[in-house]
Amino acid sequence: MNKNLTWKLVVIVGILLIFLFGIFGIPKVWSGSGILAAITDRIHLGLDLRGGTHLILQVQVNDAVSVDSDNAIARLKEDMRTHKISYADITKPDTVSHPDMIVVKGVPPEQSSDFKSIVADRLPDYDASSGVENSWTVSMKAQNLADLKNRAVEQAIETIRNRIDQLGVSEPVIQEHGLGQYQILVQLPGVDDPARVKEIMQSTAMLEIKQSLGGPYSSEQAALQDKGGVLPPDAVLMQGKSIGSRRDQEGGEQWYLISRASAVTGRDLRTAEPTNDENGQPAVRFILTGEGGRKFYSFTSAHVADSLAVILDNKVQEVAVIKDAIRDTGIINGRFTQQEVQDLAMTLRSGALPAGIKYLEERTVGPSLGADSIRSGVRAAVFGMLAVLIFMLIYYHWAGVNADIALILNLVILLGFMGYFGAVLTLPGIAGVILTVGMGVDSNVLIFERIREELRNGKTPPSAVEQGFSHAWITIVDTHVTTIVSAMILFIFGTGPVKGFATTLVFGLAANLFTAVFVSRVIFDWVLSRKERGEALSI
Amino acid sequence: MEFFKSTNIDFLGKKWYFLTFSLIFSVAGVLSMAFWHGVPLGVDFRGGTLVYVKYSHTPDVSAIHGDLDRAGLRNARVQAYDQAHNSNEVLIALDIQETSEQALDRGKTQIIQALESHAVPGKQDLNNASSLTIANYLLERDPLHLGTDAGPRYTAIAQSVVDDRDKAKGGVLGSLDELKSVVDPAVVASLGDNFFVSDFGIRNVEIVGPQVGQQLRKQAILATLYSLGGMLVYLALRFEWIYGVAAVLTVFHDTLITVGAFSLLNWEISLTVIAAILTLIGYSNNDTIVVFDRIRENIKLLRRDRLADIVNKSINQTLSRTILTAGLTFLTVLALFLFGGEVLRGFSLALVIGILIGTYSSIAIAAPILVAYQEWRGERGKKPIAMPLRSGNSPTPPKEKVKV
Repeated sequence: MNKNLTWKLVVIVGILLIFLFGIFGIPKVWSGSGILAAITDRIHLGLDLRGGTHLILQVQVNDAVSVDSDNAIARLKEDMRTHKISYADITKPDTVSHPDMIVVKGVPPEQSSDFKSIVADRLPDYDASSGVENSWTVSMKAQNLADLKNRAVEQAIETIRNRIDQLGVSEPVIQEHGLGQYQILVQLPGVDDPARVKEIMQSTAMLEIKQSLGGPYSSEQAALQDKGGVLPPDAVLMQGKSIGSRRDQEGGEQWYLISRASAVTGRDLRTAEPTNDENGQPAVRFILTGEGGRKFYSFTSAHVADSLAVILDNKVQEVAVIKDAIRDTGIINGRFTQQEVQDLAMTLRSGALPAGIKYLEERTVGPSLGADSIRSGVRAAVFGMLAVLIFMLIYYHWAGVNADIALILNLVILLGFMGYFGAVLTLPGIAGVILTVGMGVDSNVLIFERIREELRNGKTPPSAVEQGFSHAWITIVDTHVTTIVSAMILFIFGTGPVKGFATTLVFGLAANLFTAVFVSRVIFDWVLSRKERGEALSI
Repeated sequence: MEFFKSTNIDFLGKKWYFLTFSLIFSVAGVLSMAFWHGVPLGVDFRGGTLVYVKYSHTPDVSAIHGDLDRAGLRNARVQAYDQAHNSNEVLIALDIQETSEQALDRGKTQIIQALESHAVPGKQDLNNASSLTIANYLLERDPLHLGTDAGPRYTAIAQSVVDDRDKAKGGVLGSLDELKSVVDPAVVASLGDNFFVSDFGIRNVEIVGPQVGQQLRKQAILATLYSLGGMLVYLALRFEWIYGVAAVLTVFHDTLITVGAFSLLNWEISLTVIAAILTLIGYSNNDTIVVFDRIRENIKLLRRDRLADIVNKSINQTLSRTILTAGLTFLTVLALFLFGGEVLRGFSLALVIGILIGTYSSIAIAAPILVAYQEWRGERGKKPIAMPLRSGNSPTPPKEKVKV
C-alpha cells in the first residue's frame, strides 16, 4: 500500500477513536447499562427527552425601583427638614410605568437652589428638574435606572440558584433569558412536580424585625379608631397571619401598627435553621451577623417591655414582648408544618429576592413521555438508517460500503462533537440529525452518480473517481456552506428548539464534509490501489 | 443497479403545468389561512394551557367534557389521540383567556381537580403524586420501622414507586397491587391508607403566557428571515444574485405550501414544527444548489446553447441523484412519521410534505425562474448574464492525485 494512503488511514482511525471517546468516555462498567450510563453522562438529553420542568419567569424590576425611590423620599424629607426647606407635598404620581419619579410640590422659589443641591449631594442617582408652580420632578438617571434593574435581575438569578442548589436538583439551568426583558430561564431536569419548587423560588423571603406599636386589631378601621383616626407618621398598618397561640381565632383578620424603621432585616442574618419552639412546634431559628447582633442588642436593650414584630414578606408572622436585651439569635414561629419550616429556613439562608417574580411560561414533561419520545425517535431513526444503509449496498454494490462507512462515521463524529462540547440533544436536535443524514447520503449519491457518468463517458476508473470527486466537491461545498451559514444564524438568533436544531446541524455538516469527501475518497483510493490496471470498479 | 441511465425530459416545456400545480396548492393554503382555519398556531405561539392525560382505559371524551363543564371550564378542548395504538391519551387545551398571567398554572390545577372529581375522599392520588410527596408520607408513617437512615431509604423507595409508574407502566398504575413486585408489601399496605389509584396520570403540561407566545412568534420569524438572508448573500457571492433570489423564492414557495397544508389540515404549528420547516428549508435549498451548480458547469461547457436547453440538460443529468436522495431522505422521514409516535407527528408531517415539495420545487420552480429572468433580460435587449467563474476555466483543482 502507498505510504500516503497509509497515513490517511491512520488519520481516519485516530479521528474515529477521538470521537468514540467523545461519545462514551471510558465506561466504568463494561456492560450494556454501564455503557448507556457512560453515554448519557457525556451527551446530555434535553428536557423534552428526559423529562423535567422548564420555567420562564420575569423579575418585576419595578419593585426594586420602588424600594429605591421610597428610600429616596425618606432621605429627601429628612434633609429638607434639617435644611428647613418647606414643601407642600411629596408624591410618586406614576407607580406603574415610572416608579422612580418623585414629585415635590410647593418648594418656595428662593429655596430652589438649596433644594437642587440637596438632591445633587444626597441623591446622586437622581436628577431634579423644575416644573410649573414651584414643583420639582426628581427622577432617576437613565443609566442608574438601567443598572438598578439589571442588578435586580442578577441578584434574582443568584438567589434562585442558591435556593435550587439547596433543593438538590441536578444539572439545573438558571440563566437570563435573552428573548424578553428581565426574564430568567430555569430548567430543572427530573422535576416533575414544579409546585413546591415554584413556591420556593417565588417567595421573596424578605425578613424584617420591627417594633410593634399596637394591635392586634380586627380591622383597619378598628386600628384607626384606636389611634383617634390618624396613624402616627412613622408607622404603618400591616396584616398578620393568624398564628401561634391564637390558633382558635383562625380565619379572623388581624392588623398591627408597625413602625416603619427596621431593627434588623434579612441582610443581617448569618444563618437560619429549622428547630422547635418551646411548645415543640416547628419553628425557624436565626442567628444574626456580628454587626446585625450589635444593632439588635442596642435596639432591644432600649425597648425592653415593648413589642417586637417578625415580618416576612410584609406579613406579620409573630409579635412578642421583649423581656430582655437580645444579642444575636431569635426564633420565628407560626403555624408552620415541618416542610414549611425547612423551606423557610432555606429561603432565608439564600437571601431575599430583590423584587417579586412572575411566571410567564411553564412546561413539564413527565418522565414517561420523555421516555416514549426517545424510544420512538430512536426506533424511527434506526429503521430509517437501516433502510438507507441497505439501499446503498444494493444500488452501489461495493461503493455502497464506502457510503455506509462514511455515514456511520458521520454519526459517530456528530455525537462525539456533542459529547465534547456538552451540547444538549433535543427533539428538534434529532431533526438536525435527520437533515445531516439526508445531506450525508446526498453527498455520496452526488459523487457516485458523477463517477458513473464519467465511467459511461469512457474514462478509466482512476480518472473517473478523480473527476467525480472534483466535480462533486464544488457542489458539496456550496450546499454545505449555505446550510451551515443559515444554521449559524439560527444558532445566534434562535433560542430553545431552534438552537437545538442548529447545533446538531452545524456539527453534523462539518463532520459530513470530512466523511463524505475525505473518508470516502481514501476508501476508493485504497480499493483502486489493490486493483489491476483496467479492472472495473464496483459501483 | 441503475434506475435512470440517461433521461431527456423537457422539464422547462412543462413549466405551465408546474406553475398551475404550485398555484393550486399555494392559493388553497393561502385561502385556508385567510378565510378558513387561519394559521393554526400551537400553544407555543398563541399562549394557553395544554395538559396531556393518559388513562388506564379508553377515555370517554364526553364524560371528561362533563367533568370539565362542572368545574367551570366550558371552553376546554378535549381531544383523544393516537386511538389506533390504544394509547388511551387525551389532550385538554385551554385558551389564552383562561390562562391568567397572575396565576399561570391555575388552569392546570382546575383541570386536575375536575378530573379528580371521582376521588376517594381524604386520600391522595398516587398516579399524580410526586416522589417527594410519597417520600414524606412514608417517612412520617415509617412502615418498615427503619431507624437512622430512614430518610434516604424512603426517598429511594418513593423513587422506585414513581419509576415503576412512569417508566414501566407508561404513567398510570392500574392498582396499588401492581407495586408489590417493586417495593415491600408493608410499604404498599401503608400507601393504601393514604393514597388511591385514579384512572389517569398527567404526562405533560405546557403553559405559555401571552407575553412569551408573542416573543416566540416574533423570534421564530426573525431567525428564519435572517437565515434566509444569509443564504441569499452567500449564493449571490458564489453564483449570481439572481441565483440567490431564485433559491430564496423557491424556499419561500415550499414554506408557503407546507404552512398552507397545516392550515388546510388544521394541524397546530408548534415550535418543533418550526424546526421541521427549517429542516425543509435546508433540504430544499440543498437540492436547488445541486441543480444550479450543474447549470453553472454546463454554461461553461456549452457556450453556444440556449439557457433553457442547458437548464433542461442539467436537470436531467442530476435527476438520478435528485430522485435517489429524495427517496432515501423520504424513507427516513417516513419512518419517523410512522414509528415516531404522537409527539413527533406534526414534526414528521411537516418533513414528509417538505421533502416532496422541496424536491419538486428545485426542478419546477428554481430553474424556471432563472430561465424566465434570462428571457426577460433578452426582451429588454440586454446581453444574457454571463456566469462568473471564480475558479477560472476549470473547477477547483482536485486536492490530491489518484495513486494507482
